[in-house]
Amino acid sequence: MAEITSSVGPGAAHMRDSYMTLTRQRRIYSGMILIVFVALMAAGFVVADDRNAGGFWNGLPNVLAFPSEVVSEAAAKIERLPGNLAKFFPALIETINIAAVSTLVGAMLGLALSLLSTRGLARFPRLIPLFRRIMDVMRAIPEIVIALVLIFIMGGGPVPAMIAIAFHTGGALGKLFSEVNENADLKPVEGLESVGATWIQRMGLGVIPQVAPNYLSYGLMRFEINIRASAILGFVGAGGVGYELRNAMSWGQGRFDEAAAIFLLLFGAIVFFDQLSSHYRDKLTSGEGRA
Amino acid sequence: MTVTATTATLKAEVTLRMMSRRLAAFRLPALILAYLTYIFFAFDIPGLAERARMDNARLLVADSYSYKTHVTRDNRSGEVSIAIEGERKGSYPPGTAPDWVRLGDETVIDLGGGHVVTYTADGMTYEVPGFGVIEAITSRSGGVVTNLGDAVPDWINASDNRVAITTEAGRVTITRNRTEVFRYSLGWELFFFTLDSPYHGEGLAAILFGPQIDPTRDNLQGAWQDFWGNQMWRHSEVAWAIFETILMAFLGTMGAALVALPLAFLAARNFTPFMIVRFAVRRVFDFVRGVDALIWTIVLARAFGPGPLTGALAILVTDSGSFGKMFSEALENVDRRQIEGVQSTGAPTLARYRFGVIPQITPILLSQVLYYLESNTRSATIIGAITGGGIGLMLTQAIITQKDWEEVSYYITLILIMVTLMDWLSGILRRRLIKGA
Repeated sequence: MAEITSSVGPGAAHMRDSYMTLTRQRRIYSGMILIVFVALMAAGFVVADDRNAGGFWNGLPNVLAFPSEVVSEAAAKIERLPGNLAKFFPALIETINIAAVSTLVGAMLGLALSLLSTRGLARFPRLIPLFRRIMDVMRAIPEIVIALVLIFIMGGGPVPAMIAIAFHTGGALGKLFSEVNENADLKPVEGLESVGATWIQRMGLGVIPQVAPNYLSYGLMRFEINIRASAILGFVGAGGVGYELRNAMSWGQGRFDEAAAIFLLLFGAIVFFDQLSSHYRDKLTSGEGRA
Repeated sequence: MTVTATTATLKAEVTLRMMSRRLAAFRLPALILAYLTYIFFAFDIPGLAERARMDNARLLVADSYSYKTHVTRDNRSGEVSIAIEGERKGSYPPGTAPDWVRLGDETVIDLGGGHVVTYTADGMTYEVPGFGVIEAITSRSGGVVTNLGDAVPDWINASDNRVAITTEAGRVTITRNRTEVFRYSLGWELFFFTLDSPYHGEGLAAILFGPQIDPTRDNLQGAWQDFWGNQMWRHSEVAWAIFETILMAFLGTMGAALVALPLAFLAARNFTPFMIVRFAVRRVFDFVRGVDALIWTIVLARAFGPGPLTGALAILVTDSGSFGKMFSEALENVDRRQIEGVQSTGAPTLARYRFGVIPQITPILLSQVLYYLESNTRSATIIGAITGGGIGLMLTQAIITQKDWEEVSYYITLILIMVTLMDWLSGILRRRLIKGA
């Protein structure tokens, strides 16, 4: 005791010193990480700039050239806009249909996979790692790979895009669903098991009602993502509004009024479904209107 | 009496409710089924069976694990050339041949399993086990004459000018001008070294520990040069393309995070009291998110030309919107007490943000950024296919040429490895962040 009281002054000074050294050390480390990060960004930028056809600084003043060209041409032919919108609306519907079907099919796939790969619920507990790996692989394959290969086999059209997106969605939603399943209460399942319910009945009556709102919320989020994906896949040949956009773009000047109409449709659709889905997701997570 | 009456009505009511619930339980599946039926016809799935090119599928699958060597005889000059996949880069030098071809006055090609093709002076003979010997004679005037007569089996396609024979061992086509044999072999041909490299056919042990193969170069160095500069598989270009794709994802994601962070403060309710500023910044976020990577890619490609920078900028612009939204939501949920604690020491505004806010949100932000980095690696593949950069472009080009399916499967394998690695890396970092937080 006596020692401590006698050494308060120098001890505190010592503590402060060692604290300051530690802080300094930490600052040096963070500073170094920051420097490495900045250097990586700068080097990456230089490399990317180097390998790009047009340089960044040359291109920067031209960023607005193309949009203004499109806008001025669309403005000059403003009377055609309603006609163009009507003309490409079916293509937009196709894009949205691709997204909707692939979300639906992917969600069903994900549902089955997630139930099979959740501890405590799995039909074949030993195969859990297998189903998890399957989901990992499904998530890892970029949509464009499957889409391009299927376009080669089936020809262009909505089906290759649908299969590609559904495949990826199955893996992505399967992972999210199985995280939800892990938090599900197992008591209803045990109750159903005690009365001799089959696995399908246990899942359908014991688990699904608990997790349905969360599933729906994730499904809506995925639908939003899939609309973008289906538009982009259309651009590489899989039908829908993306395909029309590519045609209008490759035509170049003179058809920019069509490109403008497609931009508008796509933008409108994305914003509309964004708002719709976030509205319903808010409702679902705040507990009202449980589906 | 009254009791039984109420029970009866109650029972009737409950039964009715149960019925309607049961019906409701069927409504959703019925709705889904109706929608799928509509899609079935809207997407013309019945017509798909006709349009699908199953021969393409077979070609794709067969080509991805095997390769073919062409043995071609020019019937005018009598010259025989041998080339892997019929490509110039895979040609055997004149006078050399793989061990299943015997060059000479009569070239004998052993297709394995008893199938033997012999190029004679004026045609060829093909010995098919269990069928007999097919003879074909070509001439300038008579086209192709065979000994088949009228009884042509369905694996032979014969006309006056062209005969094609497809067996399980290979494929022979005979026209007036040339006779060609395809022999299929397992594997990816010349993956390490092309035929002109002195290291072709040498094992790893021979290269590492054996005597010097090329007198002018060290074994290891020479082997690396020839492998890296492989003309058929273009390993160095592919590696660059993979690097470009990751670079696009990295620059785009990190750039977006850097742009979004300061703007997110402007969009957060507890940091920006001015409604107008908040509203404006949020609408900007919504706008860039709504325009979508596809449109941004097209617009930016017009200004910057094709390449990785365009892809990186497209990711940057789109994701600044997403990050801005997420970051501002995270900022609205920060704990005020820590900021007040820093403020009580008399810290200026910047220090309040630095020590009161940033430490609270860093783990959340970093984990979101890492998740996006991983998912953007996949997006960069697609964006690369549109703008013309990275592995996405190589993949689309390889598919469009419809020839080198083994390259397509090579690229797909590499893309999968790349995405899996990024997934794994970002998973590790995120777990570490959450533990550290």
